Amino acid sequence: MSVEKNELNPKNPFLPEPARIVRMYPLTDDVKFFQVRIADMEKALAFKYRIGQFAMLSVLGAGEAPFSISSTPSRPGLLEFCIRKTGTVTEALFRLKENDLIGIRGPYGNGFPVVQIMGKDVLIVMGGLGAAPLRSVLLYCLDNRDQFGRVILLHGAKKPSEMIFREEFLDLKQREDLECYLTVDEDDTKKWKENVGVVTTLFPKINDIYPGNTFSLVCGPPVMYKFVLKELVKLNIPKDQILMTLERRMKCGVGKCGHCAIDYIYTCLDGPVFTYWDVIHMRELI
Amino acid sequence: MRVVKLSKENLIPFLEVISEKTDLWAPVRKPNSGHVFKEIDDFALIDVDYTRTILPPKKIFLPPSFNMFKASNNNYVEDFSHVSPKILFGVHPCDIHGLLIMDRFYSYIFDDPYYSKARDNTLILGHSCWPDENCLCKSTNTHIVEEGYDLFFTDLEDSYLVWIGSSKGDDLIRVKAGLFDENIADKDIQSFIQWREERDKAFQTEINFSAMPDLVELKYNDTLWEKLGNACLACGSCTNVCPTCNCYNVVDKPALGEDSSQIVRCWDACTLENYSEVAGGENFRKKRSDRLKLWYTHKLQAYISKYGKPSCVGCGRCIATCPVDINVKTVAHTLDGENVDSFWIRFHKEVRK
Repeated sequence: MSVEKNELNPKNPFLPEPARIVRMYPLTDDVKFFQVRIADMEKALAFKYRIGQFAMLSVLGAGEAPFSISSTPSRPGLLEFCIRKTGTVTEALFRLKENDLIGIRGPYGNGFPVVQIMGKDVLIVMGGLGAAPLRSVLLYCLDNRDQFGRVILLHGAKKPSEMIFREEFLDLKQREDLECYLTVDEDDTKKWKENVGVVTTLFPKINDIYPGNTFSLVCGPPVMYKFVLKELVKLNIPKDQILMTLERRMKCGVGKCGHCAIDYIYTCLDGPVFTYWDVIHMRELI
Repeated sequence: MRVVKLSKENLIPFLEVISEKTDLWAPVRKPNSGHVFKEIDDFALIDVDYTRTILPPKKIFLPPSFNMFKASNNNYVEDFSHVSPKILFGVHPCDIHGLLIMDRFYSYIFDDPYYSKARDNTLILGHSCWPDENCLCKSTNTHIVEEGYDLFFTDLEDSYLVWIGSSKGDDLIRVKAGLFDENIADKDIQSFIQWREERDKAFQTEINFSAMPDLVELKYNDTLWEKLGNACLACGSCTNVCPTCNCYNVVDKPALGEDSSQIVRCWDACTLENYSEVAGGENFRKKRSDRLKLWYTHKLQAYISKYGKPSCVGCGRCIATCPVDINVKTVAHTLDGENVDSFWIRFHKEVRK
């Protein structure tokens, strides 16, 4: 899918647009949820993005970094991010309060090929912070429920307290049009009513997958890919229908700074969504 | 294309008159180190008899470090202070090709205004050259230029053939048209043909670039990368001097005690350790050999696969600069079957003595 140009500031794609933090609250000990609105109302409503795209967020004095958009384009106006405190920029973001201003640029990247996925069954596999980009997909599918076949969600976390969007996803279990399976590697609370085990232990619970008619969307820590991909191949899902979204260091988001380069591929322009075939075909992707 | 003639004694008068209102940059010999592109105050210092400058002209368009924005209270103000009208004289064909690669890269999908503004404000006056043992531009087919310059000066003993490559170049000639001779004699054409033949024969190094994509692919897991990685100092010099290396970093530099920052953009190098590091300390290319491999797959394979030519313009700067003799020449020859151990022994003998 081709990349559309950033229309926020067409003359200078590097110019951050002021955006206001509308809401922020913790999801886990080190992950916070940010709801952001571009300060200029016209630009806020004109900001069009696709599921799986990302934005560059900046805090003056700390710097700029890329973040997956966790909200869905089917609910325009507000942008949502879930952010783990892990470096200079994210620490600065955590120090901010509601109503503070940050800078935003984007949307960038190819995003998931929505048109191809429409009409197909969708198998979403997420681990840990992999929920950040895939929540966008999940909400998009649920908002446009009649456009998709089965929607299946597999979500794994280390512990119940580390499960991102835990309550949101537990509520979703009530829905009859979503097959939602949650798991934790280890239940330290002894109150967890869902599955215990790594995310691959959820695969036996899903049945009657029609591989040719299924798109699987995967995001999680590097170690998770290895095992999940094996399961998906076992299910006979075609390699170009297994989609994953990758993380790379980025300083620009527009194919200039070079940090996200792999061969002649730029993760920011040609990714961050790649198929499993891309990953086999191009070295160094995961 | 229009070609005119300029006698050699008229060169400096021409440069003087065109640089009255615009800064002139040209090659100047730096004592004990080599040539550099420098802003000219004294025309006597211009030295066109050079093989390669230490840094390519990219430093004029995107300086090693410059301000992108001045920001305070979340208000970002663009800073284009590195952009000013310039005339750049004495650029060799390889470097013009380097700029053409940069042009394509920096305008691809998103236009980079920090590059394109500087480029639009600079006139390129090319100059012919003579190869030394490290020049590879015949192998990369960048020893001649057909575009990318406003004027190009071919040095033929007592006079220059001046190729006019753009409308702006034509305007420059018209500033003092009396200096130029519109009539190119048969004798001049003959001496140009002779110059070209002799120059093409003067190349001492050849690399078969068209074989490189396949060889890089076949030798991707070869032990040669480990050996080169062990020798590499990861100093980033090869990327700094390369005319087509364009990676950069961006740093937010806050002012002490004030709520303001300067957003600074500075050269970066894929051979440096933290280049591919992401949040949480995960590093996709922690080993030097992996980073070297990235550099060489990019120059010798990926770009050829995508655009049909290498992103090496054969300037020979990496050969002249790398302290441990890892460069396009040695790596390409190693890929082409030269024994890496013999390279290794030679390296030990030469560096250790």
